[in-house]
Amino acid sequence: MRYWRAAEPKRSYDVVVVGGGGHGLATAYYLARNHDVTDVCVLEKGWLGGGNTARNTTIIRSNYLWDASAGIYDHSLTLWEGLEEDLGFDLQFSQRGVLNLAHDQGDVRSSLRRVNANALNGVDAEWLTPAEVAGFCPIVNVSPDVRYPVLGATLQRRGGTARHDRVAWGFATAADRLGVDVVEHCEVTGFVRGEGGRVEGVHTTRGTIAAASVALVAAGHTSVLAAMVGLRLPLQSHPLQALVSVLLDPVLGCVVMSNAVHVYVSQADKGELVMGAGIDAHNSYTQRGSFHVIEHQLAAALELFPVFAHAKLLRTWGGVVDVCPDASPIIGRAPIDGLFLNCGWGTGGFKATPGAGWVLAETIAKGEPAALAAPFALERFTSGALVDEHGAAAVAH
Amino acid sequence: MLLVPCPWCGPRDEVEFSYGGQAGIAYPADPEALDDAAWADFLFMRDNPKGPFAERWNHVYGCRRWFDVVRDTATNDLMEA
Repeated sequence: MRYWRAAEPKRSYDVVVVGGGGHGLATAYYLARNHDVTDVCVLEKGWLGGGNTARNTTIIRSNYLWDASAGIYDHSLTLWEGLEEDLGFDLQFSQRGVLNLAHDQGDVRSSLRRVNANALNGVDAEWLTPAEVAGFCPIVNVSPDVRYPVLGATLQRRGGTARHDRVAWGFATAADRLGVDVVEHCEVTGFVRGEGGRVEGVHTTRGTIAAASVALVAAGHTSVLAAMVGLRLPLQSHPLQALVSVLLDPVLGCVVMSNAVHVYVSQADKGELVMGAGIDAHNSYTQRGSFHVIEHQLAAALELFPVFAHAKLLRTWGGVVDVCPDASPIIGRAPIDGLFLNCGWGTGGFKATPGAGWVLAETIAKGEPAALAAPFALERFTSGALVDEHGAAAVAH
Repeated sequence: MLLVPCPWCGPRDEVEFSYGGQAGIAYPADPEALDDAAWADFLFMRDNPKGPFAERWNHVYGCRRWFDVVRDTATNDLMEA
């Protein structure tokens, strides 16, 4: 059974979405579902959901510090909570809780501040003492005689994980059902420019396609596409690696993240421990990072979870993440008519998949920024109104 | 793992270095003459090519000197120091 048609691209659409990952597919789905814009095409240069959608560690949470972030990430989490029913598709969405550990007094103070900020924004958040951390997640090492002792943790019980591939498949299937064309193996090679430089379509490896609106939802390759229209963006593309262990019996029932020690880990339903850490410092489009980054994250994991010393590493991989200077995304109109952007999610885009699609669809359909997207406009780098979520976002980006 | 060509110490393991991003970003000659857009350009906008990229490295656990390298970001091939 096919989940979605292998559509042949038409010569013209109302909206062309460049990028067939979760965000692009969600954008197309919500254009059709919420705004009755069904003459939509999603173009993917590879296979559907084969980029960062397939390469992340599937963590979902909304415990960000700033109001603007709480707004969009919690809208996204609220959508996740009804998404399986909405799409009619099992996503293995699991609200198993996300712990963010604090290892020094600075961590403790910023964590408590974040818990209070979350509470003011209606985002569920709790502070746990070390004993409570051990109660919630018994295999975390809370002994005081380690290099980075656990002094407490924040807990978002609504946070958790979902099966990444099925998220892409679910959005593609539901969008297809509403009339959206999902076109794989079709790479954008240039843009059709009209009067005043307006973007009026795309040149692709399968011909030229006209469009009233074009949305770039291409994550790590956004800069490459933007350069084709002479647009320079505040993005740098970095490798981000993750890894899994061999299959183990259930041992870890929640998501654990540590900024200072720098690892985040959960256990997949199948049994692998899924781990990620920080980006490689250098720019790269290679989808592979350096081994010392993995060595560093495994050292962190072993201190936090001594029991992991028994596990064997099964495989590692990398994606290409587009990082913004303030660790927040860019969503909205580009400074070129007919062109829209959703990029700069850096290391944290998976959790935002439904929310980002929702607000970008609204922005495209109405031609003006959705309220939740407005703070994330490109203009913030000129106005100075950054949404600085480095560290505040509970993990380094 | 990158082998970074330090012009003074020769090729050394990546872990000895810190990364400095795009090379050739000079501090504005007349800062007070810049408008907001020009400041945004200086502070936040950087080239992000898939291909040759001139970048800064600091041999922080070696000679501690800064230098420029051209590296192909599509392949990680270090093209010249």
